[in-house]
Amino acid sequence: MKQKMIKTGLASALALVAGMGAAQAQSDLVIGMQLEPPHLDPTSAAAGAIDQVTYSNIFEGLTRFGPDGSVNAGLAESWDISDDGLVYTFHLHDGVSFHDGSALDAGDVKFSLDRARGEDSTNAQKGLFAGIEAVEVVEPLTVKITLAQPDGNFLFNLAWGDAVIVAAESIEDIKTNPVGTGAFEFSDWVQGDRIEITRNEDYWGTPAKLESATFKFISDPTAAFAAMMAEDIDAFSGFPAPENLPQFDADPRFKVLVGSTEGETILSTNNAQPPFDNVKVREAMAHAIDRQAIIDGAMFGYGTPIGTHFAPHHPDYVDLTDQSAYDPDLARSLLSEAGYGDGFSTTLKLPPPSYARRGGEIIAAQLREVGIETEITNLEWPQWLEQVFRGKDFGLTVISHTEPLDIGIYANPDYYFQYDNPEFQELMDDLQVESDPQARSEMLKKAQRIIAGDYVNGFLFQLPALGVAKTGVQGLWKNSPTQAIDLTGVSWAE
Amino acid sequence: MTLRAGITVLAQGRSLLPGAALTLLFAGAAVLSLLWTPYDITELDIANKIQSPSAAHPLGTDHFGRDILSMIMVGARTSIAVALVAVGIGMGLGVPLGLAAAARKGSLLDEVIMRGNDLVFAFPSLLIAIMITAVFGASAVNAIIAIGIFNIPVFARLTRSGALSLWTRDYVLAARVAGKNAARISVEHILPNVTNLLIVQGTIQFSLGILAEAGLSYVGLGAQPPIPSWGRMLADSQTMISLAPHMAIFPGMAILLTVLGLNLMGDGLRDLLDPRLRRTGR
Repeated sequence: MKQKMIKTGLASALALVAGMGAAQAQSDLVIGMQLEPPHLDPTSAAAGAIDQVTYSNIFEGLTRFGPDGSVNAGLAESWDISDDGLVYTFHLHDGVSFHDGSALDAGDVKFSLDRARGEDSTNAQKGLFAGIEAVEVVEPLTVKITLAQPDGNFLFNLAWGDAVIVAAESIEDIKTNPVGTGAFEFSDWVQGDRIEITRNEDYWGTPAKLESATFKFISDPTAAFAAMMAEDIDAFSGFPAPENLPQFDADPRFKVLVGSTEGETILSTNNAQPPFDNVKVREAMAHAIDRQAIIDGAMFGYGTPIGTHFAPHHPDYVDLTDQSAYDPDLARSLLSEAGYGDGFSTTLKLPPPSYARRGGEIIAAQLREVGIETEITNLEWPQWLEQVFRGKDFGLTVISHTEPLDIGIYANPDYYFQYDNPEFQELMDDLQVESDPQARSEMLKKAQRIIAGDYVNGFLFQLPALGVAKTGVQGLWKNSPTQAIDLTGVSWAE
Repeated sequence: MTLRAGITVLAQGRSLLPGAALTLLFAGAAVLSLLWTPYDITELDIANKIQSPSAAHPLGTDHFGRDILSMIMVGARTSIAVALVAVGIGMGLGVPLGLAAAARKGSLLDEVIMRGNDLVFAFPSLLIAIMITAVFGASAVNAIIAIGIFNIPVFARLTRSGALSLWTRDYVLAARVAGKNAARISVEHILPNVTNLLIVQGTIQFSLGILAEAGLSYVGLGAQPPIPSWGRMLADSQTMISLAPHMAIFPGMAILLTVLGLNLMGDGLRDLLDPRLRRTGR
């Protein structure tokens, strides 16, 4: 009798819990991501995690990226471009307000852009704004931007997370309390654990379907797998362990989203450090590397081989993988030609992601085959940024460059891999002012060929966007045209 | 009578023999790996990755297609080398310190040495080892130093306590009367009589050293790739545990059995060498 009562009690408690779960599931989403942002100001740091949390959710720009990488209208509902391509007049949406209630006007746009391109700006992508000569407020909702030279990429540049519109009133606390115009507003940040955002009920555009969302930071791949399997989280963006994906795929509770990112994964080579200043040595390394083995071994088959620093899904991509095809014999003879017949040894510094750690071990074994000994050092992110990215104290490293259309980094001789080719720099300067699409396309193709021909870095593969979600979650971006986890269109299936 | 004596000897040796056998098995594997392994572990064979145990690969292959048996054999070398040198550091510095402290019991020297040891003891050893490797960089050498430092107080205390009881013995008194100085007495009369203690403790510390090395490698602070290490094999297998349990089971078993073997051997040696614990028989 007593047992029966307990059973009934249990059953009703269970039903209650289940009912609550179902009710919550309709409007709330917990999404896992691997890295926690250092702060929440996308306009003053390079960390991709900041954009992932804030892009489109909290902050918006004049233009915005769509899920396919296209550039769409954002806070600017329309714009006029002068015939000489120098003056852009943006017409802002009416009735847009920041989360603190203040209205968006042309002054905020001027403030944001002037702040981003200012002398003391810490914007990670200052190059995006380099062409701007002046930003003028014409009317409360009209802003005029004058460029020094025509820039065919200007609308694309403004869609970046680094170019979002912020307000002067709330700029002080932006790193811990970001106030934007997006469909979600920031509500809580438990350091080391999660960031919560809630729906902006006064949003100017199509309101978000989710009432609230939580970004949960799980850096350990095993913990991510366990949290997903236990259904503690509803989705995971950038799932760190590709070896687990077949298991999710086979499980009817989950779906696997395999897309592509803008991340060119490369064996970054210190071009200023001997022997890598010798193009023959770099060519030899390019032929010593078996891309398919790296993709199979490090990424469990996910990833597209690349032969240059360009995304394969881009219409201007040139497939140059054959130019650096796997050929260890050729690599050995090239090394002899370069005077390194007996090989040499160098350092291989690896950041934490598994593509780098595992890929690095595979590359080390492949280089050893042709006589190049590497000393592997595994680094945490801050050490990697300090030693490799800022200190340029490395021989080789494995890293994915996740910014869209970032071939321009090869024109900067001070960039950490220190490639210095005046011909390429000139080409990039010309590209900057070219607005004819046909000519631009030709120039981009030429640029890809130059860096592939100089074997600047070992071009490995395009990093896949690997996501896992519960079957009922709809509207997550499959591809990652920019570093974003855009939740504005996400909903649960009825 | 003889039968009973034989049974007693066997019963006493019940932990020594299996312990020594297990230890020898892994030590043998480590030595053998210097000359021969079933496969070359520096060559990756991605096409054959994550294979379950088979005739070709008795313990299967890992995520790079390397033979796990070969990895465990070479990994034994890493573990044993790290633990051996670490115990060597501990003994080499700890024993002289302990002898000196005992010889000058109650003096300032004694106080300084023993309080210094207490200081080292006060810190959780693995945590400090992580700190040392984090500051000076992750490598097998730094792991050895970190583990070695924490062996020093163990041996210093043991030596001191063993030596203190010996200093009251008549033969030590005789040596003193004969005019030998404290240093000579420590080396000629005390040290030989604490050797038994040291051997037993050395075995235990050796097994702890192997555990510590595995722990440090597991968090990525021990031997760096491509040098195989049991701890890192476990870490590598972590995300694949449901996919390929053999990748975790075999290195885990290697750690377990080696540590078990060393502990059993330590117990057995103590029974054999320590007269106070030796059973007199029924």
